[in-house]
Amino acid sequence: MSTTSQTDSKRLFPLHDHFQRPEQQVDASKLGMWLFLATEILLFGGLFVSYAVYHQLHPELFKAAHHFLDVRLGAFNTVVLLFSSLTVVLAIHGAQQGKREMVLWNLFLTIAAAATFLVVKYFEYKHKFHMGLLPGYYFTNGILISPDESHIFFGIYFLMTGLHGIHVVIGMIVLSWLFYRTYRNEFGPQYYSPLEIGGLYWHLVDIIWIFLFPLLYLIR
Amino acid sequence: MSSNTNYINAKTGFASWALTIDHKRIGLMYLVSIMTFFLVAGVFALLLRTELLTPANTIMDAKRYNQLFTLHGAIMVFLVIIPGIPASLGNFMLPLMLGAKDVAFPRINLLSYYIYLFGAILALSSLWVGAIDTGWTFYTPYSTTTDGGVVLMVTAAFVLGFSGIFTGLNFIVTTHKLRAPGMTWFRMPLFIWGIYATAVIQIMATPVLAITLLLLIIERTVGIGIFDPVLGGDPVLFQHFFWFYSHPAVYIMILPGMAVVSEIVTVFSQKRIFGYKQIAFSSIAIAVLSFLVWGHHMFVSGQSELVGMIFSVLTFLVAIPSGIKIFNWLATMYKGSISLKTPMLWALGFIFLFTIGGITGIFLGTLSVDVHLHDTYFVVAHFHYVMVGGTFMAFMGGLFYWWPKITGKMYSEFWGAASTLMVVIGFNLTFFVQFIMGSQGMPRRYYSYLDQFQIYHQISTVGSYILGLGFVMAIWTLLRALKTGKPATKNPWHAATLEWTHTEVMPIEHNFHEQPTVNEGPYEYH
Repeated sequence: MSTTSQTDSKRLFPLHDHFQRPEQQVDASKLGMWLFLATEILLFGGLFVSYAVYHQLHPELFKAAHHFLDVRLGAFNTVVLLFSSLTVVLAIHGAQQGKREMVLWNLFLTIAAAATFLVVKYFEYKHKFHMGLLPGYYFTNGILISPDESHIFFGIYFLMTGLHGIHVVIGMIVLSWLFYRTYRNEFGPQYYSPLEIGGLYWHLVDIIWIFLFPLLYLIR
Repeated sequence: MSSNTNYINAKTGFASWALTIDHKRIGLMYLVSIMTFFLVAGVFALLLRTELLTPANTIMDAKRYNQLFTLHGAIMVFLVIIPGIPASLGNFMLPLMLGAKDVAFPRINLLSYYIYLFGAILALSSLWVGAIDTGWTFYTPYSTTTDGGVVLMVTAAFVLGFSGIFTGLNFIVTTHKLRAPGMTWFRMPLFIWGIYATAVIQIMATPVLAITLLLLIIERTVGIGIFDPVLGGDPVLFQHFFWFYSHPAVYIMILPGMAVVSEIVTVFSQKRIFGYKQIAFSSIAIAVLSFLVWGHHMFVSGQSELVGMIFSVLTFLVAIPSGIKIFNWLATMYKGSISLKTPMLWALGFIFLFTIGGITGIFLGTLSVDVHLHDTYFVVAHFHYVMVGGTFMAFMGGLFYWWPKITGKMYSEFWGAASTLMVVIGFNLTFFVQFIMGSQGMPRRYYSYLDQFQIYHQISTVGSYILGLGFVMAIWTLLRALKTGKPATKNPWHAATLEWTHTEVMPIEHNFHEQPTVNEGPYEYH
């Protein structure tokens, strides 16, 4: 804001020593996050390639095995994550407007959505463990006996959703930390880039699920 | 501010190092760690060469030999050469050369060092669980069936990858956002261009290694059947995944070497670099091409002939940007006032040895020739010419070049030059004969061999002792300078880049007394 004095803006924007201007610091942290997101996509990229290779080699296997996933639960979780992406955007919007209450509420809703996602995932996993629909050596299901290598589908399923689940947990930690910092009144219209950066990460977690859901649950 | 304060004496005590966020101190901590692992893995190499003095069991059996060459390879690749120049010299010099106070994310920089240390501890602890014997490439299905601490070593490589990712991320953002006023992209020193291209590869390739190694760990523990043929998996898929990272990784290793040489050649010729933009863009071209050539490691793994031909052609393309660099360095020296100081000697050694390494790479990239040379000592010699003759020569050159700035002391020119000579002689004795025995069919990774190869192996072993002694001499020369070296001046080489022109003899904690501004290129010698 043009009306705030030098000392005020220093208090409102914690500029690190090695940066000269606030915009420089914000730009640097955003660029850093985008690069990090690129590495995350490449990390998941390896799994998507494995999926593509084995789906192409054994399409019948993927078709048979995916019936054991519950489309309704997957769809519910998709909606939950999409909703959480909205709330995280609203939290940033609130910070830009200086509405602390709005930030806190929306961060809370985002964290709650993440927790809901994990609870649903827990019940899905529990079901698969119960049925013996597990990767490799632990595959003991007696119903899905043909084709032979059905365990590969569940190996890929658990790897993809498991790695995504870990990202949800990390996202929850990041969001809780942002909640704490908002609670301590650290953000305002001048300084909210940590919220933006945390939000970017959360969108990535969301978008990976958007790809996982059809690939795993909606095989034709 | 007194002119005697510098980044070393500004603060003292263990915590001032362990918790430092100063890029210069972090660079030094990396340097010490990397050199320690270099010496350890170097001793392994000498033990391997000693075993090969005779075709019989000289000092160890086959099993121990397999474990030792795996450790030598894994430590040298993951703990020494990949972090090597960027994490040590790059960390120290990048902000100084850009006119910045620090890297963009100093705390992440420190974090990446501790991730590196953690990875190193994991890697070495695999020795106690059971040394692994897969080779540094961890090929399946052998790596999923052999005993020993495969999971531990693979986890170590996984962890070390993240250290590299964070360093690369830091360097890219720093280069984009923290250049001094007036420092346009084409006024950046070529060292920065090389390090930047390296960072791009690190960011884009390492995550793929991470997921590959994760899949390997899961394959070994749970058996998901992605790589293990017994469970329906495809071992060649592992090779595709592995080389999709590990081929770019060899450019992670060589690009920083080229970056250092680009600095040394122009400074010690006191002549503006020839073809600045070509050298800069050739670094980027190498980075791009590095992602398109992984299949040349798999010409005999059963990939289709068409794919093999495409990978072969793409591999040849890498020779173009590499050749551009070589010729530009030579043209820079032409009619320059060359002074043959130690850094320049290392750089000349680099150009000589890297050229041999590069040209033999073309032999190996040729389909029909590779069928004959695949998995022979020819391959071993080729990549040692690139990795040691290339990268490590440049690393040593860079250390001698920047030693006065890092430590404030001048090293002994005599011992510096002598050690360079020892290394070049020892290196060629060790590895040139390996080209010959490789072309005659001596396979790599065997602890025994036919009698006809003994004379070559013995020459190679003697050479390796000279090579080892040369490196010890070089490091000793640097260390001795700390105690007995003459005090350095601010810019002993008359270089024109910011780390020499705008800093004290040893940089202060925040690098510059005031923000430098730039109004000309990095190689304008007046």
